[in-house]
Amino acid sequence: MRVNLTVNGAAQAVDDVWEGESLLYTLRERMGLPGSKNACEQGECGSCTVYLDGVPVCACLVAAGQAEGREVRTVEGLAEGAPGDERLDPVQEAFAEAGAVQCGFCTPGLIVQSHDLLERNPAPTDAEIREALAGNLCRCTGYEKILDAVRLAAERKATR
Amino acid sequence: MASPVRTPGHVAAPGIGGVGESPLRPDGTLKVAGEFAYASDLWMDGMLWGATLRSPHARALIRSVDIGPALAVPGVRAVLTHEDVPGRAMFGIDGTEDQPVLAIDQVRYQGEPVAIVAADDPETARYALEKIVVGYEALEPVTDARAVVADPEGLKVQRLGGITRYQPVRVGDVDAARAEAAVVVSGEYEVGIQDQAFLGPEAGLAVPSEDGGVDLYVSTQWIHNDLKQIAPCLGLSADQIHMTLAGVGGAFGGREDLSMQIHAGMLALHTGRPVKMSYNRYESFFGHVHRHPAQMRYEYGADADGRLLYADVEIVLDGGAYTSSTKNVVGNAASLGVGPYEIPNIRIDAYGVYTNNPPCGAMRGFGAVQACFAYESMMDKLGAACGLGPLEIRRRNAVSQGSRLATGQVVESPAPLAAMLARLAAVPEPPPLDPSDLRNLPGGVSQATHGEGVARGVGYGVGLKNICFSEGFDDYSTARVRLEVIGGEATALVHTAAAEVGQGLVTIQAQVARTELGVQKVTIAPADNQVGDAGSSSASRQSYMSGGAVKAACEAVRAELLALAARRLGRADLSVAGGKVVSRADGALGTIEDVLGDAVIEETREYRHRPTVPMDPVTGQGRSHVQLALCVHRAVVDVDVDLGLVKVVELAAVQDVGKIINRTGVEGQIHGGSAQGLGLAVMEEIVVADGLVRNPSFTDYLIPTILDMPPMRLDILEIPDPNAPYGLRGAGEPPTLSSTPAIVAAIRDATGRALNRVPVRPEHIVHGA
Repeated sequence: MRVNLTVNGAAQAVDDVWEGESLLYTLRERMGLPGSKNACEQGECGSCTVYLDGVPVCACLVAAGQAEGREVRTVEGLAEGAPGDERLDPVQEAFAEAGAVQCGFCTPGLIVQSHDLLERNPAPTDAEIREALAGNLCRCTGYEKILDAVRLAAERKATR
Repeated sequence: MASPVRTPGHVAAPGIGGVGESPLRPDGTLKVAGEFAYASDLWMDGMLWGATLRSPHARALIRSVDIGPALAVPGVRAVLTHEDVPGRAMFGIDGTEDQPVLAIDQVRYQGEPVAIVAADDPETARYALEKIVVGYEALEPVTDARAVVADPEGLKVQRLGGITRYQPVRVGDVDAARAEAAVVVSGEYEVGIQDQAFLGPEAGLAVPSEDGGVDLYVSTQWIHNDLKQIAPCLGLSADQIHMTLAGVGGAFGGREDLSMQIHAGMLALHTGRPVKMSYNRYESFFGHVHRHPAQMRYEYGADADGRLLYADVEIVLDGGAYTSSTKNVVGNAASLGVGPYEIPNIRIDAYGVYTNNPPCGAMRGFGAVQACFAYESMMDKLGAACGLGPLEIRRRNAVSQGSRLATGQVVESPAPLAAMLARLAAVPEPPPLDPSDLRNLPGGVSQATHGEGVARGVGYGVGLKNICFSEGFDDYSTARVRLEVIGGEATALVHTAAAEVGQGLVTIQAQVARTELGVQKVTIAPADNQVGDAGSSSASRQSYMSGGAVKAACEAVRAELLALAARRLGRADLSVAGGKVVSRADGALGTIEDVLGDAVIEETREYRHRPTVPMDPVTGQGRSHVQLALCVHRAVVDVDVDLGLVKVVELAAVQDVGKIINRTGVEGQIHGGSAQGLGLAVMEEIVVADGLVRNPSFTDYLIPTILDMPPMRLDILEIPDPNAPYGLRGAGEPPTLSSTPAIVAAIRDATGRALNRVPVRPEHIVHGA
């Protein structure tokens, strides 16, 4: 089937989508956007977190057909500026600077989820950060530097 | 053949920062932008998708395999079995080739690969797997490791017998010491199967090359050891295989053994087309080895003052059906079986056995983790029996410089265990959490308790880990460094085969090059087999070994640069500092760029650590380890004693890393290692019944979330090891050892339960175990 959707601001039509296909598969394998990761396919790890109409979802749990006519924003669409001259979002910068990235496989999902948290709550407490990120598994960092990164991003956003 | 889309490329190390600083990761920007090419992201025009048919049985004879129905599925390009393996039918990681590439006449564990398929898309490949008809005759699986120790010949599941390795340790006279002991304590301990649970499942891409060979892009921990196993099975010479490290989504030991490498190579050679294989999470649980489960019996005797007189220990490690790295895991469990304590009389019997349980091999901590849970539990038990607290009993028995370990190996460098414990004790304990905020309570917002039935406990754990490969292995790494002026700026290109698995090795390589060469601009080439062996990214060894190799290559380049400068400037009193060539007499003479001009300096060096020796097969004696590292943890927990729920309130750690090469990186290692230890303490276990895995998913195999992890306080010591590059001490594994026993000790402190098994489950807390 054909699915029409907007991804990172650009309207797209994707053909040959299988009825049982996940949005994650469509993004990764048909649209050349492998930034969203497949680590569990059960909605347990959060590595595939994307915005769907402004709400973070696990792309592995959304059927591609459900995205018909809707807006998707992935980690590849968070940077601002013209192609080739993008500026990373403060959340992305903070993750890189704070040491929140080791293997980085969880990073895209955590960045989208943290981005959403700071949109809703520009100055979260540690307890609020933990609650917001509880659906995103990281195996490398023990989460300490992820907390640092979100605090740093909140500071950066406040002064920007 | 064209190159794949999104392959690993050179990464330029941003900014400045030499050894001791914390520059940004060279791959960090790509990773936060979603543009880093992990193995599962590789893609190539016209590529096929591979898939693997795996055994549903823990043990069965294969009576027939009919691939006809699968081959008839439209879009299927190949269905291969063991008969199609072009070369050697068997492989294995440590020189014991006992594992079939594809099962031959029987399967010995659930998930063992039986056949492989290549198809136009992943759904067709998976569908075709269902169409392969395998006639199995199920056999009773061997699942009791202790029973195999008792009857190795009768219960053998493969031709090599029942015992993978038996390693005794004998020191002094345990029986005589027992007669003199004022206090005797004993315990039986168990460790469940832990999974590495790296987030990026096994994946890779195989591309047929024009010379009849194959280009492999895979996520692995050790390119050259993969190659040594892959080439004979594919019937190729090593130089017909070009291996490049694809982006690795975590490893923790789980990528030491091969997964899809040979299979993808076979499918690519057979079809003449690129083949991608990418496991999902379910398959990943069957696609790699796990941490060995352990059954351990300990008896300690001490004098009335709590000074240890003897240790009598049996450790049984279940490696599953094939050898993998079990022999070396047994060596670690035996040599480190009583930890960093002085004990004059020791008897240890350590066994690795073959069974039909899930295959086990390398995981962070590698044999030392299991023993550490037991010996630390014993130290608390001994302390209690002697009327001594956990800190005092450890202090009285702690090793220090000059002490002998169980193997007779003398602790050559400072091992300030007593001082580390004192520092840990001085860290203020966290105050009680406010129970009016449910998020602070065990069970959190699921409202398990509103504060009733909650008890606090404090526990300590100490871990001793060997760093680098042990027991006489020729352990080395190779680095090639090239210095030239590019775009007016002196640039170092560092090329090794060392696997960046997330630990930050690429950052450290750049730091070493900046420090040794005085340049700012460093580029890291993708790891591949076009440069010599770097050894494995395991055993906490890469900062030491590949850091050492990059340092050695840089020193050679620097010597060449200064020789060039001496020729051009006509003087000999030269050195490099701050990007300039400096004369002792006259100061800066010019920039590196001035001296280099059009010259290109390239040097390759191998770096070896001091040799070790195998453990004596009868006494276990010998200087088997090159470097040892200590970490100590204090855990504070709140336990809901009615529901058996645990909230770890804080973890504090003191670790000696010799020299902090990169503070951000080493903190991340200690944080992450502590988290995996927490997982083993209270949640992580592959549950097995009759050899079958019951929980192969992230829904049922739980790893710590950000809500499970407490704040961590770190106190990182820098006591240099004069034999290691910059004095550093490997840091990745030690915290994984000590956090587990510290947390369990804290739960015991809160509940009074014995808790002889990890992971601790709610029923153990409520009903006792």
